[in-house]
Amino acid sequence: GKTKDDNKTEGQPEQQKRQQTPIKKKRKRDEQPDGGKKKSDPFHGPAPIPKHKLEKFKRKGKIQGKIQKDIITRSEEASEMAQKQAARFDLLLPEDAGFLEGDEDEDTCMISQEDIADAVDITSGAKYFNLKLCQFGPYRLDYSRTGRHLLLGGRRGHVACVDWQSKKLVCELNVMESVNDVKWLHTEHMFAVAQKKWLYIYDSNGIELHCIRKFNDVLRMQFLPYHFLLATASATSFLQYLDVSVGKEVAAICTKTGRLDVMCQNPHNAVIHLGHPNGTVTLWSPNQKEALVKMLCHQGGVRSVTVDKTGTYMITSGMDKKMKVFDIRAFKPLRSYFLPTGASCLSLSQRGLLSAATGDIVQVYRDVWSTPVTKPYMAHRVRGSVWGLGYCPFEDVLGVGHGEGFTSMLVPGAGEPNFDGLDANPYRSAKQRQEWEVKALLEKIQPELITLDPSELGHVDRATFEQRHQDRVEALGFDPLGKEKFVPKHKKKGRSSAAGIERRKRKVAHEDQRDVIRQTVEDRMKLEEERNRMKEKKAALSGKRSALDRFKK
Amino acid sequence: MKVKVLSRNPDDYVRETKHDIQRVPRNYDPSLHPFEVSREYTRALNATKLERVFAKPFLASLDGHRDGVNCLAKHPQSLSTLLSGSCDGEVKVWNLTKHECVRTLQAHEGFVRGMVVRHCGTSFFTIGDDKTIKHWKMEAPGYGEEEEPLNTILGKAVFTGLDHHQKNAVFATCGHQVDIWDEQRSTPIRSFTWGVDSFSSVRFNPVETELLGSCASDRSIVLYDMRESTPLKKVIMTMRTNTISWNPMEAYYFTCANEDYNLYTYDMRHLENPVKVHVDHVSAVLDVDYSPTGREFVSASFDKTIRIFPKDSANSREVYHTKRMQHVICVKWSADNKYVLSGSDEMNIRLWKANAAEKLGVLSPREKQAIHYSQKLKEKFQHHPQIKRIARHRHLPKVIYHQKNELKVMKEARRRKERNVRKHSKPGSVPVVSEKEKHVVSVVK
Repeated sequence: GKTKDDNKTEGQPEQQKRQQTPIKKKRKRDEQPDGGKKKSDPFHGPAPIPKHKLEKFKRKGKIQGKIQKDIITRSEEASEMAQKQAARFDLLLPEDAGFLEGDEDEDTCMISQEDIADAVDITSGAKYFNLKLCQFGPYRLDYSRTGRHLLLGGRRGHVACVDWQSKKLVCELNVMESVNDVKWLHTEHMFAVAQKKWLYIYDSNGIELHCIRKFNDVLRMQFLPYHFLLATASATSFLQYLDVSVGKEVAAICTKTGRLDVMCQNPHNAVIHLGHPNGTVTLWSPNQKEALVKMLCHQGGVRSVTVDKTGTYMITSGMDKKMKVFDIRAFKPLRSYFLPTGASCLSLSQRGLLSAATGDIVQVYRDVWSTPVTKPYMAHRVRGSVWGLGYCPFEDVLGVGHGEGFTSMLVPGAGEPNFDGLDANPYRSAKQRQEWEVKALLEKIQPELITLDPSELGHVDRATFEQRHQDRVEALGFDPLGKEKFVPKHKKKGRSSAAGIERRKRKVAHEDQRDVIRQTVEDRMKLEEERNRMKEKKAALSGKRSALDRFKK
Repeated sequence: MKVKVLSRNPDDYVRETKHDIQRVPRNYDPSLHPFEVSREYTRALNATKLERVFAKPFLASLDGHRDGVNCLAKHPQSLSTLLSGSCDGEVKVWNLTKHECVRTLQAHEGFVRGMVVRHCGTSFFTIGDDKTIKHWKMEAPGYGEEEEPLNTILGKAVFTGLDHHQKNAVFATCGHQVDIWDEQRSTPIRSFTWGVDSFSSVRFNPVETELLGSCASDRSIVLYDMRESTPLKKVIMTMRTNTISWNPMEAYYFTCANEDYNLYTYDMRHLENPVKVHVDHVSAVLDVDYSPTGREFVSASFDKTIRIFPKDSANSREVYHTKRMQHVICVKWSADNKYVLSGSDEMNIRLWKANAAEKLGVLSPREKQAIHYSQKLKEKFQHHPQIKRIARHRHLPKVIYHQKNELKVMKEARRRKERNVRKHSKPGSVPVVSEKEKHVVSVVK
């Protein structure tokens, strides 16, 4: 029977096959619900996210914990979903960063600002300009947080606020005193000027709002935007913090390190870095009277310090003509460069471009920490010796304050292309600014939360009860939980004689002894164990024969 | 030379006309938003403080009874109707939206011991100290008509508790024994006894509709199945239970309000240990009612306060008190989960918000979003000491505050004594008895 069937199938193979194949096709169609038109999806599942994007949005790793495990797992899942969504959203950002690439034999550092300004569109070209202000001394500058407004402070007292993109002068005044430093406060409506003796706060119309006499001989200032704190470093080695929302001095720290000339802030954790003439850089927070960290960075004095926006790298330059890159999270030196003339000012842009000023030349370096840098990215010579450097927040512009005024130079690739409208929005209206100001004031972080690790609040406090108890004992001087010494009650009718009191005390005495005995027994057990262990070790060692064995008696 | 300098077109970032909304481009890069944890913590702190600022739970007081309010009854179909029975036999029907009494009728001579509205909402039953069960129409009588009950059943002894079946035309009363009545008959179709002479309350299970629970004066809670002829089992505790309330979401959990200032949540299947002991009251707990979500319940106590407990927490999350509110006899949680009603000794019924800081009325989507965000922040940071301190803080009347401290001291003393006894006796001779086990004497089947 079988062979017959085989013959049959062999005999009519083609027809049957033809019959069979349409049936097979039908079956496939029946299986696929959408009519079999589509082939299987070659890109099945959710779109893959590039790893470096995912890394950018990654927060701390997974939490370990037994208690409330289900709540933790659920919140972890939600967090991961949010991170993935944010990484996907990155694709939709409208703007791209700038760049400058030379031709094959052309070096980018040889390209002049005029060439760049000519090659670029009119509005961008207008961002390169010089302000000739020879009369009032070398200029310091500060850009507001949105990058819209520029504050210029000349050494001989000239202070001006400019909307630098439209070249409109907002206010201009001469304070008739020497100006050490100028800084914008939280909006473009208030700024602080460190004058010869005291600290002054002005309105954007040029009206003097406050003269703060407690802050005297201020040389440098830094504004911590999320804490609304103005940190000032004075010539009398005082580091003072002023809360500008309330108007109170939060902390005045006597650093005892001499004249404080070099200052910068770490935008990631709001810690102030001060550079000293003995080559050390110290890190300060308003909660401690001593420095959080002291690092020896240079052999000579420190000339300038700057920290990148993620708080990972610190770049310092010193009198020993070296420029060093440190990993500030692990406190390790990464790179060291030699500059023939040393850098007097340093500034880091939002995208990691470092500008170093030596004399009247400004050099811009790219990628200083990842790969060793051999030549600058760009260079420019300004008219006078450089006194202040600052990148404009969301633009490809570097502002240089020098002896002959102010120069704004184009540095393609410096600025962050996509700003966040809810944080610092250069295109915000007055109403938006007011709403933002109220929300920012409500979210103002208390100065007690300034620590080296800004996410410390998110960590679980694992200090054991004993640790806390020890701290309390130290703080109070006695043990609040300790048993009070037993004082027998005074009894009447002659029952309180000396013998009676002793008898009553002896009844309770064994309770103290019980604990002491237990403790000594435990200690003795531990000692015994130690001794046994040592014996075993010795036995193990002495089991081996050495060449000197024959000399042993 | 290839060069590109960042230049933004303001048309992409500024709105076209003043009638459009503002454009807000977003970038979620974490380096642009530093201090995440600190800022969220500050927002959570602000949210917690604002919750305390806006915590104004008292809404209205319904005035009109001429004697203490003894029982409340919810209308199953209408959220704005409430029935209340007082100690002089008066029953009042209230309109909660207008805070007005719609109808008054003299139902009994003596206390109105229990009231329940039938599941269809067209009629209600009341029992009173004059040993009668009366069945009334929900509609007010027309002009000129007299207020007459649909039916009156005269019993042999005083009835103390009443509850109606969820679906069928059956109701249960308790007095000397637990009786199951059919609405058409004038004698009970079934009676349950178990050696006790008086029962204080009876409740039908809203999910497993054939099950009942009742509280007896021998400090026990007895469970029955309507289809059987004998009670199922009973648990005897150290002190007497006043009322029980079944969890409307979980069929086997019920909470009982006990005389020893605690509430106990039991799993019907395992009556040896309560699932949770809820402590916080400083005097006998008189009434308990579950929220329709089954996640929380409200308890009324002799100590002039009402407390709201989450179902799985030993401590209350909220306490409501007023200088004018005296001993709270009955309490009900409204069917839309938003309000709590309390009837007290001084002839007033008070309407409270279940969530003290909730904004009532229609909320815009932005408001809802802000509320959800604050809620999530508060949950996220609830364990931080400063936030916990602010969230937990409630003002208590001086009497209750002192009483609470005294009870704490007494409890601590008892615990210390027990610890000392255990320390100074042979190890293992004094076993550790957990808080839950302490209160149950025995379970009898």
